[in-house]
Amino acid sequence: MALVQQSSPHAHNARPTSRVMLWVIIATLPGLLAQTLFFGWGNLINVIWCVALALACEAGFLKLRGKPITFFLKDNTAAVTGLLLGLSLPQFAPWWVSAVAVISAIVVAKQLYGGLGSNPFNPAMVGYALVLISFPVAMTTNWAEAAGLFVGAPGFGETLARIFSASQTAVDGWTMATPLDEYKHKIASHTSAEVLQHPTFGETVARGWEWVSLAFLAGGLLLIWLKIITWHIPVAVLGGLAAMSLAFGTNADQYAPLQLHLLAGGTMLGAFFIATDPVSAATSHQGKLIYGASIGVLIYLIRAWGNYPDAVAFSVLLMNFAVPFIDYYTPPRTYGHHKARRGVPGRSGG
Amino acid sequence: MTQLWDFSGGIHPPQNKQQSTRRPLRQAPVPELVVLPLQQHIGEPAEVIVNVGDHVLKGQKVADVTTGMGVPVHASTSGTIEAVEQRPVPHPSGMADWCVVLKPDGEDQWCSLEPVSNYKQMEREQVLQLIREAGISGMGGAGFPTDIKLRPPRDRKVETLIVNGAECEPYITADDITMREQADSVVAGLQVMAWILRPARCVIGIEDNKPEAITAMRAAVEGTQIEIAVVPTKYPSGGEKQLVEILTGLEIPSGGIPADIGVMCQNVGTAVAVSRAVFEGKPLISRIITITGEAVREPGNFEALIGTPITNLLELSGLDVDKLNRLVLGGPMMGYTLTDHSVPIAKTSNCVIAATASELPAPPPEQPCIRCGQCAEVCPMELLPQQLFWYSKSAEFEKAEHLNLFDCIECGACSYVCPSSIPLVQYYRFAKGEIRQQNAEQLKADRARERFEARQARLEREQQEKEQRRQERARAAAEAQEKKKAEAEKAAAKGEAVDERSAKSALVEQALERKKAKTARAPENAEPNNSDKVEKPDIETLEKQLMQAESKLNTMQGMLEEARAQEADNVEKLERAVAKNHDRVKRAKDTLDKAREHLSNEPTAG
Repeated sequence: MALVQQSSPHAHNARPTSRVMLWVIIATLPGLLAQTLFFGWGNLINVIWCVALALACEAGFLKLRGKPITFFLKDNTAAVTGLLLGLSLPQFAPWWVSAVAVISAIVVAKQLYGGLGSNPFNPAMVGYALVLISFPVAMTTNWAEAAGLFVGAPGFGETLARIFSASQTAVDGWTMATPLDEYKHKIASHTSAEVLQHPTFGETVARGWEWVSLAFLAGGLLLIWLKIITWHIPVAVLGGLAAMSLAFGTNADQYAPLQLHLLAGGTMLGAFFIATDPVSAATSHQGKLIYGASIGVLIYLIRAWGNYPDAVAFSVLLMNFAVPFIDYYTPPRTYGHHKARRGVPGRSGG
Repeated sequence: MTQLWDFSGGIHPPQNKQQSTRRPLRQAPVPELVVLPLQQHIGEPAEVIVNVGDHVLKGQKVADVTTGMGVPVHASTSGTIEAVEQRPVPHPSGMADWCVVLKPDGEDQWCSLEPVSNYKQMEREQVLQLIREAGISGMGGAGFPTDIKLRPPRDRKVETLIVNGAECEPYITADDITMREQADSVVAGLQVMAWILRPARCVIGIEDNKPEAITAMRAAVEGTQIEIAVVPTKYPSGGEKQLVEILTGLEIPSGGIPADIGVMCQNVGTAVAVSRAVFEGKPLISRIITITGEAVREPGNFEALIGTPITNLLELSGLDVDKLNRLVLGGPMMGYTLTDHSVPIAKTSNCVIAATASELPAPPPEQPCIRCGQCAEVCPMELLPQQLFWYSKSAEFEKAEHLNLFDCIECGACSYVCPSSIPLVQYYRFAKGEIRQQNAEQLKADRARERFEARQARLEREQQEKEQRRQERARAAAEAQEKKKAEAEKAAAKGEAVDERSAKSALVEQALERKKAKTARAPENAEPNNSDKVEKPDIETLEKQLMQAESKLNTMQGMLEEARAQEADNVEKLERAVAKNHDRVKRAKDTLDKAREHLSNEPTAG
């Protein structure tokens, strides 16, 4: 038998992309479980629908592009994109809203840019932002009330029928404004204590939301422990958001308090699962800190002074724009060099 | 306790060292044929100094480097030189190179050895020469001539002398076994090198996965100032840059050598070789090599003669040819594959892995980079491997160089962890090769341009000089004319008599002769003209014409000479012009003569 000729290294111990993505999926499960327990079947149905559609879109487009289909489907990245959309869309978002989100995420944001690894923007957030701008009513009025799965939330069949029905008649008692939305719109005319009377806030921070956020935090910590993500981006996102809140929003009668920012919206999911998407994030540790902190600052800016109650998608997309720039100016200092070589070759700044 | 620092990045691949340390060191028998490559070191290949058919003794020099950097090659056993020919040598390309082929006579008879009992009484230069003559080059892998390394630049005092016993690559145990079995020689060799360099600190760095070696070395350094530093096991702690950082906290400047920061690293095998060269007078003719991998039944270490074919060692270890899938010389991280078992072991060969297909499987197909950054996490040089990969792949070499591509030590840690199984190191090698080639071509182009520009400048300068000479000549001619005129006027005023006839004959000759002679005679020529002028004004006009024609002829001849000298292509044209001007001068002269004749006749007639 002819001997193998191969360039070194000869040993490999990679955790393949497919397994990395599988771990990401596993790490979201506590959050999905918490969502289902507090908000009913909506998220789970969304997740299944979005993942299935994402895989179908990916397969179809890979076929159009003449790429090996199973080779790329097996990397699980399309599944993760669908999963993230399913987790972040409103529980009762109609099927066509999630379909538009998924299709634009996979086809436009990912495949049209060249597929895995070549997309400058986070695909899931492109889809999310698109439907948020295009269908504002559907995206704000379909958040489930945190009734509790076994307490009063609509059953699986009811939820399914609601999501896939042609008519979008609102069902009283099923949906409720999100805590951040409620606070943002009521605080102008009410005191903090009055606003917090609303049932969406519950007894601690925000009924249901706090547990979902903590579950995503736990999943995120698992990813850090597994060394799938580094601590830099999540810590910077949370730090940037907290710093802004502490600097400008300590008056609870004017701005949402810090605990609401951290635990009542998409912050934890965004910080650990969305901003950390390696393809569209900054590269070096320093770059990740800048990238993450900027996302945190932007989240606060948009939530506090913008039109939208939540802002993870916009903040992440805005910072995706800045990634090449950040990368040029934050390379690490190489061993044996006095300082890092910043900037573009041939220009000043080296 | 020695203070240790950490280096960034690094990986923990499976050790796979126990397989080859279980058995004691074995002595490989003298092979039936010894093949000694002439280039086992960095520098110039050695030149053969024996003839085919010569009988040589063990330890006898068979090749040496006379000009340039390098070390000699010695016969590793006694026997007959059978050939000097190209043979496959241990090289990543699988190329063949010049080797001395030695047929052992089985006697294994040493040449006369000259051990040194007390090297400290010798000159340091003598000891360095002794190390060179023993053919010692770095045995850790690079093969840099040890005597040259031991002569750091004058302004670089070596404060810390490190013996590298880290041996961080999986599978390899040659240094481990060397330290266990030959600890005293390691220390003795280190002491010789320390005596040469006079460092403030001597330290032997050993990874903590070699407890036996650590114990043996601790015992051997008892009573000396030598430190034993036990460093945590992490690949690539045995990389020179990394070990220096671990033991001193200093970084070797990019593009520099350890001596720049007062440090020097030597391999344990090299230390043993130095000790043998000094205390036993023996040149470097054998080394310890690990033969391991799942395709051999009895993995272990051999003390083998340089030039022993790898096949012999594989057979001694019980190679199962059917199971053998990949043959690696060196470690699994930085070694290279061999396609020919028959290559001999060289001074730098430390390990052969006879791997099965399941042991070192082919990597899965390459997937797109998802910028996960695992590579950057493990890079010991703190590079951005993924950016380097993008730029290498897209051939944006300027950007790759900007991100310090050339600081990459090709340790393979990035490829090891890449979830997309991208052969990153291969991309970097490609980029480095391309850049080196581009630079070489650029250098060539620059030289060609410089040469062209220098030639242009020279031609221009010559042209200017010529032009200057021409102008000087013209000025001299004009001055001469002026002088002539003045003298003629003076003469005319005095009314001196002029020998017209001699002037006329001179003119005829001048027309045919060189310019100088002509100018010299011109005044004589001019005088009668002017004297005539007084008498008849139309003769004056004719003379002026003649003079003009002559001056033009002079110029033309000057130009022709120059044109001939530089072989210009207008020679022919100038020759025609000169001939034409000759005619013109002649005609003018004839006319003048006739006029004069007419004049001289006139008074007679009148």
